[in-house]
Amino acid sequence: MSVMKTHIGRRAFIRNTSLASGGLVLGFSLLNACKPKDVKTMAALEMPKEWFEMNAFLKIGDNGVVTIMSPNPEFGQGVITSMPMIVADELDVDWKNVLVEQANFDQEEYGWQFTGGSQGIRRRWEGLRMAGATAKQMLVAAAAETWQVPASEITVSNGVLSHTGSERSAGYGEMASKASKLEVPEEVSLKEVKDFTIIGTSQKSVENQKIITGKPLFGLDYQFDGALVAMVVHPPAFGLQLKSFDGSRAESMPGITNVFKIKTLEEDFARGYFDTNAFTDVVAIVGKSTWEVMNAKKQLDVQWEPIAGSKFKMDRFGTQVDVEVPSGLESTEGHYTQMDEMATRSGTTTRKDGDPEGVFASAAKTLERSYTCPFLAHNCMEPMNFFAHVTEDMAKLAGPLQAPVLTAPTVAARLGMPVENVEIELTRMGGGFGRRAYGHYAVEAALISREAQASVKLVYTREDDMTFGIYRPSYQATYKAALDENNNLVAFQVKAGGIPETPLFANRFPAGTVDNYLAQQWEINSNITIGAFRAPRSNFMAGVEQAFLDEVAELAGKDPIEFRLELLQRAKDNPVGENNEYDPERLAGVLRLVREKSNWSQVPSGTHRGVSAYFCHNSYAAHVVDVVMDGETPKVEKVVCAIDCGIVINPDAAANMAEGAIVDGVGNAMYGELTFKDGSPQQKNFDTYKMIRHAEAPKHIEVHFVKNEVDPTGMGEPPFPPVFGALSNAIYKATGRRHYRQPFATDRPPLVG
Amino acid sequence: MANFNLNINGKSHTVDVDPSTPMLWVLRDHLNLVGTKYGCGIAQCGACTVHLDGTATRSCMLTVSMVGNSEITTIEGLSENGDHPVQKAWLEVDVPQCGYCQAGQIMTASALLQKNPNPSDEEIEMAMNGNICRCGTYIRIKKAVKLAAESNT
Repeated sequence: MSVMKTHIGRRAFIRNTSLASGGLVLGFSLLNACKPKDVKTMAALEMPKEWFEMNAFLKIGDNGVVTIMSPNPEFGQGVITSMPMIVADELDVDWKNVLVEQANFDQEEYGWQFTGGSQGIRRRWEGLRMAGATAKQMLVAAAAETWQVPASEITVSNGVLSHTGSERSAGYGEMASKASKLEVPEEVSLKEVKDFTIIGTSQKSVENQKIITGKPLFGLDYQFDGALVAMVVHPPAFGLQLKSFDGSRAESMPGITNVFKIKTLEEDFARGYFDTNAFTDVVAIVGKSTWEVMNAKKQLDVQWEPIAGSKFKMDRFGTQVDVEVPSGLESTEGHYTQMDEMATRSGTTTRKDGDPEGVFASAAKTLERSYTCPFLAHNCMEPMNFFAHVTEDMAKLAGPLQAPVLTAPTVAARLGMPVENVEIELTRMGGGFGRRAYGHYAVEAALISREAQASVKLVYTREDDMTFGIYRPSYQATYKAALDENNNLVAFQVKAGGIPETPLFANRFPAGTVDNYLAQQWEINSNITIGAFRAPRSNFMAGVEQAFLDEVAELAGKDPIEFRLELLQRAKDNPVGENNEYDPERLAGVLRLVREKSNWSQVPSGTHRGVSAYFCHNSYAAHVVDVVMDGETPKVEKVVCAIDCGIVINPDAAANMAEGAIVDGVGNAMYGELTFKDGSPQQKNFDTYKMIRHAEAPKHIEVHFVKNEVDPTGMGEPPFPPVFGALSNAIYKATGRRHYRQPFATDRPPLVG
Repeated sequence: MANFNLNINGKSHTVDVDPSTPMLWVLRDHLNLVGTKYGCGIAQCGACTVHLDGTATRSCMLTVSMVGNSEITTIEGLSENGDHPVQKAWLEVDVPQCGYCQAGQIMTASALLQKNPNPSDEEIEMAMNGNICRCGTYIRIKKAVKLAAESNT
């Protein structure tokens, strides 16, 4: 048992814990508030009319039912189940007696409400444990005081307090009233890992019942009496802006109430990192129903004009950055030409070990390869949308948002009201993948509501969603490796860049494993906006690095896993440099595990096998991909995956996420591509933007977790990036062709050798 | 605008809408049945799948005027208590991630099993190929469809 100061979120634990009424419980959840009957019939448990708030994260009813608040927005990563599991474990309550509610935006209570960067569980781990442990300690203290026995003699199991000596016992519900009035302890005892009873067990998503019966859960399902529907029209191409519009024809159409222009960000607004927006001036159409607004939108007469080049200041979490926006209408063909040109020049050096130039000049063997990838659209299944009800002095918003903690201040600034007056209900998100960290659509909804003087639900069509920007950038990387006469890797170079950002991680593997190392980068400005996309930058670098290393291993005549393990041994025994980001032992660990579980050396007949391993988001993932040929088409038969993300909270749900990451990886490696012509995205819906479908998904996926007692690290992103590499390496074995350009399905590389 | 009498989930409803209105928006905007999802509007993603006389149909391109006397079943009407074998299998396999596409997946799967109670892997893939899951839960969906098929026999 470890004792810990209640420092994290202590403010949230200290509160006036007077008795509250049950009605307020319902008030927390928009869906409960909308349809109380449905929820009642669905819920196996119900909070009683009287309950006690132990801290911001949990309430205990006098019947022993516990409600745990899940603080972070949910977009399919399962935190709405796994975060309350952590609280419940430390609280020592039966998971069957737990109800879960999604917390709304409340920075004072819940701090950094942000879903992204695979940081949810990692950052909340200690705080959630303390929320449970603190309440448990207070319940024990309440029992000790009631029974007049020492607290140390009281045992707790599944929400029941017992004192053996006096043969007394009581449920949490009985002690909750007294406990909630006690002082919050200065220190709490946390469980040893071996004593966890809920963490590490597979629990099904607490929202599954609602999902499979079609209950309103998502932002697009949000209901509000009298709310109108709004849509926006943005420029058809990057590099264009609104010149003028004539809304009279649209306004005269059935059901349409207003057509007007909004300006999402004022010119002088100091933009934050997630305020990305190429189209700040848009035309809004408001009406009574979605179909009517959709039809009116087609009748809107809008003129566009070219943008002038400009600069704006961005506050990148405290650092002021100048962002340059060039004019012009860009095209994919031009992008690749520009990137090829940049690749021939020397980049900005971000790390140099030893004498790479000298060693390359005299090496026995060298290898150089260049790789590219296209822009990608996130394509969350639920298009961007948001509800807003804005009055003179307050804004009530609801919808799917990854970063309410960042969007709320922008909404407040734009409306000219204090952030305390901005309420945001967090609905379940129909996917996020990074896209919903950029909350421009919430700002748009708020402005439309204010202008129309009505509650509105802003809805993007699929086409609006796919063409608005905030894409995964297009990248390019050139790798060079040098081997000595004994086939040892003696020099390594990576030069990477992109439009408009570099994807380089200078201090990741194989940095630290080779004496002579050079990392360089470059960037090309663009007016096409980009944003975080599941494992930003890693989602390119992992795949191409792992594909390149496969080729280096082949040149060295070594088994690809053994080759990597030798390098990692070097990084462990005698690392080069001091800034290496990864732990070589843990990276080697997932490689060994995937080697064992895939039965690496025993390749089934007709099967072609590739491997990869990567560190990102504080975690380690390795894949072995098996490809079979279906005529001329390679198909993924099986993927075996090994992950080290520390303690796994909800193993089957974590496996589900890894399976999804692998399918996502195969899909984007094979098919994902957004192209541009004259600034206009050429794919606007799923008829032209190819998404992976059932028949193309791997037939089998096995997920194995390294078992350790390391505090949990990232899980949503780490299994995604290395898929591209293992797949590429397996396809090479199957076809004799190495892919250097994504997506693979349309790439026609020459046969090797 | 015109009045349409619709038979949805075994109940009769009357709506006054433009005849070109897709059933998707009739369900969502006019009848408050929001389990049927909007994903693409062009019958490419399957999120809006309902049963039209038992056949899986994309409601985003099915106009209200085309429905006539046909019976429409939505996810809300698939079973009384969420206990259709396909729904139960979905829970057992813990299929969903974000969950947005799952109503459409369940409607396609249940229509498939109605016509073909014991489909092969390939038949499942073919039937389900019009339903995109961006989270990539395809393997679990297939597993759940097979589990539902087994529980039916």
